[in-house]
Amino acid sequence: MVMAVTVHIPTALRAYTDRRESVETEGGSVGEVLQQLTAAHPPLRPHLFTPDGRLRSFVNIYLNDEDIRYTGRESTPVKPGDSLSIVPAVAGGR
Amino acid sequence: MLRLSPQLLDRIRAHAERDYPHECCGILLGRSEPVAEAAPGADDTRRLVLDVAPMRNAHTASPQNRFEFDPREHLQVQRRGRERGLEVIGFYHSHPDHPARPSIFDLENASWPGLSYLIVAVAQARAAAANSFELAGDRSHFIQEELEAGVSQEGAAA
Ligand SMILES: [Zn+2]
Repeated sequence: MVMAVTVHIPTALRAYTDRRESVETEGGSVGEVLQQLTAAHPPLRPHLFTPDGRLRSFVNIYLNDEDIRYTGRESTPVKPGDSLSIVPAVAGGR
Repeated sequence: MLRLSPQLLDRIRAHAERDYPHECCGILLGRSEPVAEAAPGADDTRRLVLDVAPMRNAHTASPQNRFEFDPREHLQVQRRGRERGLEVIGFYHSHPDHPARPSIFDLENASWPGLSYLIVAVAQARAAAANSFELAGDRSHFIQEELEAGVSQEGAAA
């Protein structure tokens, strides 16, 4: 039985995932899922993580409907059937 | 190049007028397609807007000159779009009493190339020029792209 967690990729990042909208991964935590995702699609890594390995501030990660900032960040546990969404932060002004 | 119907552009302009003197913001939903006949080095992507999703301006501290998406609302729009076969192809926001050109603040906050950033100027509560931009590959500046809305537009071909 494969422990699949689906990661949804926003349009802006599909240039780094061979145009895929979703990627199936395995893993027991958000951090493990993101490691698998970036191992499968290395060009994606610098867009999600800083050189010292921290999640970039302009990337929001949702596990199902919850922002992982409030659930334990990358140590948040995941289970089969969960979906992880990458949501770009969007802001600006004049 | 960004293409949308006059009706969709009118919805964006109406949103910009409704929220004046605050900035409005929203999401462009549709699809991207390669332009086969594009000359080398020219804009080789055509983005077609098929729907627009107005968003709440979550920048409550200074909404008259800043905007910010609520990420949870953004997630919901992404999801509903996916269910309808629509992609997020860009974002729009308004510039109250300011030209329809990206600001330094827009550049500092724009994260990824390959999307359209549509800006609508609002002059004294009336929507004025609309222009669309794409972030350069190295993120150092915005490049104005052709905006085709089925009607004559400032800064774009008819
Ligand atoms: Zn702006």
